[in-house]
Amino acid sequence: MTSVKAGAQKAVIDSGLPMKIHEYQGKEILRKYGVATPRGFPCFTVDEAVEAARKLGGDTWVVKAQIHAGGRGKGGGVKLARSHDEVKRHASAILGMQLKTHQTGPGGQKVRRLLIEEGADIRKELYVGMVVDRGTQRVVLMASSEGGVDIEEVAAKSPGKIHRVAIDPAAGLADGEAEDIARRIGIPQRAIPQARDLLKGLYRAFDETDASLAEVNPLIVTGDERVLALDAKMNFDDNALFRHPEIVALRDLDEEDPAEVEASKFDLSYISLDGDIGCLVNGAGLAMATMDIIKLYGGNPANFLDVGGGASAEKVTEAFKIMLRNPNLKAILVNIFGGIMKCDVIAEGVVAAARQVSLKVPLVVRLEGTNVELGKKILAQSRLPIISAANMADAAQKIVAAAKTGRAG
Amino acid sequence: MSILIDRNTRVVTQGITGKTGQFHTKMGWEYANGRNCYVAGVTPKKGGQSYEGIPIFETVREAKEKTGATVSVIYVPPPYAAAAIDEAVDAGLDLVICITEGIPVRDMIRTRYRMQGKKTLLIGPNCPGVITPDEIKIGIMPGHIHKKGPVGVVSRSGTLTYEAVGQLMEQGLGQSTCVGIGGDPVNGLKHVDVLRMFNDDPATEAVVMVGEIGGTNEEEAARWVKANMKKPVVGFIAGVTAPPGKRMGHAGAIISGGKGKAEDKVAAMESAGIAIADSPASLGTTLAKVLGGGGGKGWFSR
Repeated sequence: MTSVKAGAQKAVIDSGLPMKIHEYQGKEILRKYGVATPRGFPCFTVDEAVEAARKLGGDTWVVKAQIHAGGRGKGGGVKLARSHDEVKRHASAILGMQLKTHQTGPGGQKVRRLLIEEGADIRKELYVGMVVDRGTQRVVLMASSEGGVDIEEVAAKSPGKIHRVAIDPAAGLADGEAEDIARRIGIPQRAIPQARDLLKGLYRAFDETDASLAEVNPLIVTGDERVLALDAKMNFDDNALFRHPEIVALRDLDEEDPAEVEASKFDLSYISLDGDIGCLVNGAGLAMATMDIIKLYGGNPANFLDVGGGASAEKVTEAFKIMLRNPNLKAILVNIFGGIMKCDVIAEGVVAAARQVSLKVPLVVRLEGTNVELGKKILAQSRLPIISAANMADAAQKIVAAAKTGRAG
Repeated sequence: MSILIDRNTRVVTQGITGKTGQFHTKMGWEYANGRNCYVAGVTPKKGGQSYEGIPIFETVREAKEKTGATVSVIYVPPPYAAAAIDEAVDAGLDLVICITEGIPVRDMIRTRYRMQGKKTLLIGPNCPGVITPDEIKIGIMPGHIHKKGPVGVVSRSGTLTYEAVGQLMEQGLGQSTCVGIGGDPVNGLKHVDVLRMFNDDPATEAVVMVGEIGGTNEEEAARWVKANMKKPVVGFIAGVTAPPGKRMGHAGAIISGGKGKAEDKVAAMESAGIAIADSPASLGTTLAKVLGGGGGKGWFSR
């Protein structure tokens, strides 16, 4: 095992983003709950990969790129090997590659870890997954006879092939429910007891780790009629990480956007986007609406940033620094509806931040709410080239113009 | 009239000795009829003390028995907040408003399960609360931006609700009641529940419904509006430009599995006759148009 950057871990607990882990880590968790998986070892070098194949024995191995994104097979990140030489060749090719999948974005994600597994004799590929369903307010088990493919495509094309059970939170997944769903997705009679225990184990793993997603795609039936989890994807509820230090320890910061990690240290909810207009807003809904109105006026947001309820001068300054690291940034829009938080305090924060980072890009500020006149006066008296906006529409118009010309006004 | 709360509501604050609970209890106490409304606080091991003259009790049940409180507001920290809701439900309160942000989803699943068949209604968690302007304020919204009037507001977001209220005020439109239902995936009242109440409330003449990406609550509300709503509704959905798979701050605000997209919500709402504000800056003007259009109150006949 590698040592994850321990210092940053505490900060990331409060990041406000769902936490993801690697496939091999997910399988380690699932095995503890009795879910059968192929044997395998995580590897960080080509030598370790060959050594893993030796330890596993047999005559086929699978070399799997470990990144926090789906679609790895299609992108060339999963290869079958029939000799140690082939393991070496595939491991060399995959380690360090920029793996591009439909979930990584155009730049791809650098592969730093591999999973070397024994090959499995696949007779059938199925799908099982669990998520929290808002409608029933329960954890829902979804299963399908169509595995190994994008489940969202199955849902769109043949919704009848997806079976669901809303799990009773007090009783857990019942034997009968698990057996019934196993039959529906075509698991042979002989393997039903094993499938039942696997599904029940999957639910216990989901429940006890405070997962937000657990997905096995594919779940396979082998030639000798055993069921195996060939893949494992788990996400966790970040609100519950405080009671799961063992999950927090699995965090791989290499897989996360550095700007998002940095923002989380200051309790800022930040998400990188591909536009050029930085946004600093209080409240998630207003922050989304601000992105929307920028787009409506022909601009492109560079980020989502919610400074939360208590935006101090310090937080605003850090938010500015994080936005300014983006080389594409052409202008910044601050949109604050001061409720409990007073506009004069925000204005002082904005002025202090702009001075401290010696802001070079145009800055549009829209303030509304408590002490708004005082706030506007502070901005005007600062002698900084701050463009004041009267309302959201005015702010959107001004920021889009400023981003286009690179100048104030 | 109003919905959910009014000047006669009696409130108990759970978590009254914490910094947030204290501050917002004071703000609520100072607002309109708040001095008569805020009658009790609860903090375990602090029973017998008081805050600003408000007596503190050990349990919600005791607070209810001694003061007649029927509504609670929760500022308890996230690890203990779901248990605080359970306590209020067990005490048989009418309504629980949970402001706390960051409650584990698993805790809320269990709490909602326990609430089945009980009479208590839940608003939130992770919400700004409820205000009936010029009567009572329960939650963290700024009281002074509101004024009594004919428009009901229901929203999943905090500051975006204030934005909507601000725009209504620019049009000279006050509010009957504003309800923040919160941004969490497992919560209490939904848009549809609140719309139903506004429909039956004689003081509400029109409703602003603010939604956001994630889930299918807005679609369900739209179906109900189409079949039942007698009053005009103006809608806005935040997150049209949010990329799939990314969670926009609120735990509930994520497009996943092809569901929860803004376009689907907007389409469902439009087909239900809800007037969509295409920009977050035109919520107020859209509502004014709906109320003023068609000659006086012609919209009642639709």
